[in-house]
Amino acid sequence: MADAGVELIAVTKRYGGTVTAVDAVDLRIPSGSYCCLIGPSGCGKTSTLRMIAGHETATAGDILIGARNVTELPPAERGTAMMFQSYALFPHLTCLDNVAFSLRMRGVEKTERRRKAAEMLARVHLDEMAERRPAQLSGGQQQRVALARALINNPSVLLLDEPLSALDPFLRGKMREELKRLQRDLGITFVHVTHAQDEALALADLVVVMERGKIVQSDAPRAVFEQPRTQFVARFMGGHNILECRRTADGAWHMRDGSPIIIDTAEAAASLRLAVRTDRMRLMPPPELPNRLHGAVTAVEYHGPFVRVALQDKAGDDHSLLLSEQDFYARPVALGDQVVAGFSPADAHLLAN
Amino acid sequence: MSSTVITAAPTGAADDRVKGGRRRFAAFLPYLQSLPLWLVMGVFLLIPIATIVAVSFWDDQEYALVPTFILDNYRDALSSRVTWDTYLSTIRYAVIVWAATLAIGFTVAYFLAFHVRSTLWQMVLFQLCAIPFLTSNIIRMISWIPFLGRNGLINQTLIDLHLTDHPLEFLLFSPFAVVLAFVHLYTLFMVVPIFNTMMRIDRALVEAARDAGAGPLSVLRHVIVPLSLPGMSIGTIFVVTLVMGDFVTVQMMSGGQSASVGLLMKNEISLLQYPSAAAHAVVLLVTVLLMVWAILRVVDIRKEL
Repeated sequence: MADAGVELIAVTKRYGGTVTAVDAVDLRIPSGSYCCLIGPSGCGKTSTLRMIAGHETATAGDILIGARNVTELPPAERGTAMMFQSYALFPHLTCLDNVAFSLRMRGVEKTERRRKAAEMLARVHLDEMAERRPAQLSGGQQQRVALARALINNPSVLLLDEPLSALDPFLRGKMREELKRLQRDLGITFVHVTHAQDEALALADLVVVMERGKIVQSDAPRAVFEQPRTQFVARFMGGHNILECRRTADGAWHMRDGSPIIIDTAEAAASLRLAVRTDRMRLMPPPELPNRLHGAVTAVEYHGPFVRVALQDKAGDDHSLLLSEQDFYARPVALGDQVVAGFSPADAHLLAN
Repeated sequence: MSSTVITAAPTGAADDRVKGGRRRFAAFLPYLQSLPLWLVMGVFLLIPIATIVAVSFWDDQEYALVPTFILDNYRDALSSRVTWDTYLSTIRYAVIVWAATLAIGFTVAYFLAFHVRSTLWQMVLFQLCAIPFLTSNIIRMISWIPFLGRNGLINQTLIDLHLTDHPLEFLLFSPFAVVLAFVHLYTLFMVVPIFNTMMRIDRALVEAARDAGAGPLSVLRHVIVPLSLPGMSIGTIFVVTLVMGDFVTVQMMSGGQSASVGLLMKNEISLLQYPSAAAHAVVLLVTVLLMVWAILRVVDIRKEL
């Protein structure tokens, strides 16, 4: 397969001259990888996807697919295919005709295009539904038709706009697996826009976190989760407590509620922020976890395999602990209890702002 | 409610009677609720039509109506050459006006729905289409006369520009004028339903078509036109029924030179030939119902209603 990496060079999108949706974004998505663009709504992830697709023109910058500059090309000449959030299936056409639509636009002869479309439908296990209208299908089936329609032209890049957001949680898990399998089998580049952290972490080879039109971090999923670059990434990806620390005159570090904290850093600044994974904190900590938080339990949530305990320290900051069910029930705590939580200095990750 | 009734009733028998009465009343309630609709439909639709149908079988002698059952009115109506010619001419008007209003209505609706981006402008332009309809039909028709007349604006301008040396006669009091007036009067009835259907088309469908390589014309042909069909057929029903039943426009704009079914009936009524006018009305009703049925056979509009 030809090189089908996607490269964005200083790509900017402004609406109406004032609103900057995407602000000079640089990004390299390797050929054949699964990339997830993630961020809160309005962060520019969908605009970025739509510019790659050609449904939005870039105000400035260049978009490369493989070795071609596609910035000025119409959608159909980019070798991309888009799967729309609402699937955008043609309601007046049968599933087969939906899948065959782009072949029809290319002037492929009728029996040939129907044969190819039937093959593609079989690939997504919908061959019996060929003559049905989209309205007669379930959400999951509609989505598979949309997938078949996007793949019929053998695109080198598949663009997916929140493809799983309309499905119920069970189906979402199944489709997630199917998407990943398909991407591996086809070996093409997938660019997937989502606002669900679990989706991005589970699917992507490359997670790109966006905030206010800019990329704040682009890394492998594990790196994004373990080493969030900024406070925003740590908060958005979840699973972290953020601790603000201040250096006192004697050179020792303290948290906002005044408790001392040991930090492995050569940081010269007088204050810094740490991210500590919620699952790395322990209640009633052993001596090898010297950093301590003191607070009152404000919530206990049972989640099955784990229990989340929320506590508030004297400074009014909220913290979460994710304890395994076993650990929690060995020494349970109740609402209002004064508790001590501890973590190792090695588990404290320094944030850039 | 029911508990107060039970405690208030002194004996078991009285209690049952009250409950039975309430139950009968409750079963009757839905019919009572639909009564206003039945009254309106009955008074304004069923009784008038029944009267027309009944009168169409009556006889008229001199200036008296004779309630009887004869088929002469229908025989006369259907065997007359004039009737057939009039129907033909009316249907011809309907077809021409339908084609013109559909073409204009679709274009206007398409422009409003897909090319006007801001909702504000959409509303402003839409109102612009609708405002002429706040004046009476007759006024809107009459205002064509100084425009199209022998010494009207158009002819004066053409003569002044030396494009013609004598006034064009076909402009006014002609089939052309009739069609023009109809198109002017009824295009909005096409624009509104088509615009309505177009606004419901998911814009992502247009993008999906473009993504699949469709050019602007293909998008129109394969996506927008098929999805606007329900609106087009509703507009068609409006325009066709309005033109089929019209008599004022034809009379005024043709200068009395063109016939229409409505005009035929109007003339009979002015001669006090109510039974034969009623027979014509029934024939027209059946014709129009058949046309509507045919339109509904082509396009299913149920999901639009």
